[in-house]
Amino acid sequence: MTIQRREFLALAGSGVVAGLAGCTAMSDGGEDDDGPAINGESITLTTTTSTYDTGLLDEVNASFEDRYGVSVETVSQGTGAALETARNGDSDVVLVHARSLEDEFLREGYGVNRRDLMFNDFVVVGPSDDPAAIGGTESATEAFDEIAATESTFVSRGDESGTHTKELAIWDAAETTDDDLGEWYREAGQGMGEVLTQADQSGGYTLADRGTYLSMQSDIDLEILVEGPIEGGPELLANPYGIVAVNPAVHENVEYDLAMAYIGYLTSAEGQRLIGEYAVDGEQLFFPEALAEEPNFQQYVPEDWGGTTDDD
Amino acid sequence: MIPGTGSLVPLLIEFPFEWTYIRSIVYVSLYVSLVAVALSTLCGLPVALLIGFAEFRGKRLLASLINTGMGFPSVVVGLLVLFAVSNQGPLGSFELVFTREAMIVSQFVLAAPVITGVSLAAVSSVDQGVRDAAFAIGGTRFDVALVTIKEARYGIATAVLAGFGRAISEVGSVLIVGGNIAGPDGESYTRTLTTAIQLEARQGRFETALILGALLVALVLLVNAIVVRLGSDSGGYR
Repeated sequence: MTIQRREFLALAGSGVVAGLAGCTAMSDGGEDDDGPAINGESITLTTTTSTYDTGLLDEVNASFEDRYGVSVETVSQGTGAALETARNGDSDVVLVHARSLEDEFLREGYGVNRRDLMFNDFVVVGPSDDPAAIGGTESATEAFDEIAATESTFVSRGDESGTHTKELAIWDAAETTDDDLGEWYREAGQGMGEVLTQADQSGGYTLADRGTYLSMQSDIDLEILVEGPIEGGPELLANPYGIVAVNPAVHENVEYDLAMAYIGYLTSAEGQRLIGEYAVDGEQLFFPEALAEEPNFQQYVPEDWGGTTDDD
Repeated sequence: MIPGTGSLVPLLIEFPFEWTYIRSIVYVSLYVSLVAVALSTLCGLPVALLIGFAEFRGKRLLASLINTGMGFPSVVVGLLVLFAVSNQGPLGSFELVFTREAMIVSQFVLAAPVITGVSLAAVSSVDQGVRDAAFAIGGTRFDVALVTIKEARYGIATAVLAGFGRAISEVGSVLIVGGNIAGPDGESYTRTLTTAIQLEARQGRFETALILGALLVALVLLVNAIVVRLGSDSGGYR
């Protein structure tokens, strides 16, 4: 157990270098000897629809592949499903944005080496005529209160995504319970883009991540009525993204070294620069966070973690 | 520059895709569906012939089971195949999840009952006299089967087309087991026309989705036309 932990620390600590070295040693023999042996390998990333639909990952993954010859197969599912897929050992690394669900994932021992990656924020959007009159409200909970009080149409993701988790947290903070929800509250059970389209078509409100909203802005009539922290709004609307490797001690089949190389690349100066420079229609969508002065580096190995590694 | 193509240039520029992207998703759609349909035909046709020829207790029940399979909800198939191929599942060691092979498995499960069921109907409707005649002139069981297939060839072609139609137009199960993966270089890995349409609709790019939809319909028409053409060319009794 202790050895296992130390190994993780060593690998994580030296990030890319350790990841690459470990992998080269592992795949010796199977591959041609020309070039690095990881060339042509691939990892599976499960992620949220928001990072995928904005096009950020296409750019970052292309750059990662250029550098390492490792392709990233991206499955976009929404945070809940992305973590569940990782729990089953069907992905090697997850990039999501619901801290409570990520912590649970780590606590249960399925994930290791979580890193803060980047952030953007949520915004409350709605029709320009604003029937609930929430425009200019400084607080998300007040805005939600108004929507509930006026029974204005609200389209919820309803899909256990990071955005949905945040939305529920806001309803909770606004002390709105299930009993207060009526026909005006619609659970779409779909991705952000579909929900924005639905809200647009039905003249309703919704909670959206700024990135997806901006990338769709030209196609819909919804306006930002409550800003998030990027534009000076409440901290409650912050939207931090984390990246987590799937624990190889739980799932032997995962490409742990490559996953760590990927995490290392995304949190490196170069990866962070790519994230910061990525823009749609001149608007920056994501703000790099891994190079902060006090990076929230989590070497999360639970105290009571056992069993799974003792099997063999 | 060919004279007269000037007016086409803006159209080509506005076309919202990379050709490699289009080519690769069309390729994946066709590859997965055709392989699944070929396997389904290989398995389903003999079964249809066996059931069609033989008389046994429970024949009706078996036929109705196959017919039920024809309408089996595709997302349920996707879900079950996902459980099977997931790394936690019984086939986990093959590492099939989010691969084309997993998509082929689910398309096979969807198309096989359709091909078996429609073929069975076609085979059953072949006049008993034809088979009797084939036996009478000293044909083996295999010869009789060939004669029956020849007689029922339009029905069997319809069966294969119906299976193909179900496979290529299917979105739920391939999305679940394939994961709708495309590389950053614009090459599809497990993205098909249907899942690409779903993705475009999710992102609100309805024009793009519509173009892909038109392409899918065109593709289905094309394959149908080819099969019908092949059928009429090889027609006639020998």
